[in-house]
Amino acid sequence: MSVKQHAEAAQEFIRDEARTDWHDETLWFVRHKRDKAVNTLPEWEILRDWASRIKNHTLSNLDYYLRNFEEKAASNGIIVHWASDTEDHNRIIHKIIADNKIDKIVKSKSMLTEECHLNEYLQNKGIQILDTDLGEYIVQLRKESPSHIVLPAIHLKRQDVSETFHEHLNTEKGNYDPQYLAGSARHHLRERFIESDLAITGVNFAIAESGSFVVCTNEGNADMGVHSAGIHIACMGIEKLIPKTEHLGVFLRLLARSATGQPITTYSSHFNKPRPWQQMHVVIVDNGRSRQLGRADFRNSLKCIRCAACFNTCPVYRRSGGHSYHSTVAGPIGSILNPNLDMEANSDLPFASTLCGSCSNVCPVKIDIHEQLWKWRQVIVANGYVDKGKKAGMQGMAWVLSNPQVYRMAGKIGRWIMRTFPFMLNNRLNVWYKQREMPRAPEKSFRDWFKENK
Amino acid sequence: MNARETILKTVAMNKPELTELPDMDLSLTIQYPDLIQQFIGIMEAAGGKAYYENSRQDLLNDIAEVKAEGKFMINLLEDSNAEEWASLTASELEALDTCYLRAELGVAENGAMWISEKQMSNRLLPFICQHLVIVLDPGDVVNNMHEAYRQIDATAEGFGVFIAGPSKTADIEQNLVIGAHGARSLRVYLL
Ligand code: SF4
Repeated sequence: MSVKQHAEAAQEFIRDEARTDWHDETLWFVRHKRDKAVNTLPEWEILRDWASRIKNHTLSNLDYYLRNFEEKAASNGIIVHWASDTEDHNRIIHKIIADNKIDKIVKSKSMLTEECHLNEYLQNKGIQILDTDLGEYIVQLRKESPSHIVLPAIHLKRQDVSETFHEHLNTEKGNYDPQYLAGSARHHLRERFIESDLAITGVNFAIAESGSFVVCTNEGNADMGVHSAGIHIACMGIEKLIPKTEHLGVFLRLLARSATGQPITTYSSHFNKPRPWQQMHVVIVDNGRSRQLGRADFRNSLKCIRCAACFNTCPVYRRSGGHSYHSTVAGPIGSILNPNLDMEANSDLPFASTLCGSCSNVCPVKIDIHEQLWKWRQVIVANGYVDKGKKAGMQGMAWVLSNPQVYRMAGKIGRWIMRTFPFMLNNRLNVWYKQREMPRAPEKSFRDWFKENK
Repeated sequence: MNARETILKTVAMNKPELTELPDMDLSLTIQYPDLIQQFIGIMEAAGGKAYYENSRQDLLNDIAEVKAEGKFMINLLEDSNAEEWASLTASELEALDTCYLRAELGVAENGAMWISEKQMSNRLLPFICQHLVIVLDPGDVVNNMHEAYRQIDATAEGFGVFIAGPSKTADIEQNLVIGAHGARSLRVYLL
């Protein structure tokens, strides 16, 4: 397998214990802010239910809504393109750039363009794109990829940012003040917005009945780019559609509260028509989504609105970091989406979960995330994409679990070994012992204890 | 087959059985006993500053102060030059210090205000200015986003935006910094 497995990559991340703890606590803090925001709305569960049903309905009639959107957008003067895969997507954008002889390009956050590796594609053709979301700008300067879909630079400390800015923007060495650092980026990027000829954005929601789309940011970078440049290209997956404008009421109430605990993002921009002197393009991308739509067990992952609440709550994500998922979309939802794109390369991801179910509880569109992770495991094993150690272990475990007497005996032996020869487990051959202390084994099983104490 | 046809065909083939849209009973959504107090509280928590009691005089003072400082300002509240501003480019607006404009509606649950393209005259104005000043009629504050979308016509013009506070970022260690790429401050006069 060419890519590093999640467990292996995570091992590198957790080597720095203080940093791992900090990462864990910071994301837990974001999860906490989400809870506070959610608790201000007595109708939260009703909103989740509406959102889930609106998305289910949209997926069940998606071809109609796609056509509807295309027709309305075109009548508003928006040029609509269709891309089957990443190659199509990149080629379409390159053609717009080449046809208009553009060389100054700014981009706001779009996980889809990351998924398509647009920056690298254009770079190979000698075209530079500037990422303008502060977090993305930082990781771009460092030649890294975002480690989180909402907080792209969450794996970095202020010292890292300070060093990167000192190197690239000539900021004061050793000045770690976030206000100063963000201010320097603002100053630098302003010039780039003003001189830009083309701006690329993502799409948070596309409205079928009106052919319009909504982009949400806190920084205002999408709007600074789009309204300055002569050409706007917005990239969206086919699953971004919602039927009606009134449905935005539901989704905008859920999105920011779930993502960062804000009641709404600073800017929710509604694009309906280009300005008279402007070109507006929308690229509608499939890249495996229509295939996922056909997988009954996994299709409802397409309801995702990319809020990242499932990342922030996930004990595995918080302690292993986004890069250990070796994919554009990390976290629990990424572990469902990525095996659809490449089952073999991403066969490790559904196993990077404790199946605790916290992700499904916070998901604003009610995706049964942990159940899908469990289902992917079955599919992956059935397809033979699981590594040998894990496979032997799982088959052995299945045998033990399906034979009550064997299970009881195994428990007894295990407890005895843990008490009598702890070094047999506390050694480097046991992956469960890495960065962990093994607990002291109890004298008896829960079953025995229950029999005696009931 | 081109990409469009392939996608539409695969989607049609793979989509699940048709399900219904929910019947949304909006009487189940939050209503506030004091809309203005709720609006001001949450808008200020997002970094804005509200003026209510003495707002007419405060606004006049605000405009006079910025004028006295001799900074580049655009006042769409009284200006008849809206046409002229509409065609200005980013480099012409780069030095814009303060922009005054009117919002169509405010939302109590989140402090957001709807500004239509007509009200901003140039799509860049609310973003490129260093300081944004919004005038809002307190009678135009609604409870929540559902009510907001009923009241505005979000697709009537080419562009429109909900703005809730000054631009901000927390991308450096989750530290809140006010003033990312859009306006660095927001003042709201309820009058
Ligand atoms: S799966 Fe749910 S919680 Fe996770 S990012 Fe998507 S919408 Fe948010």
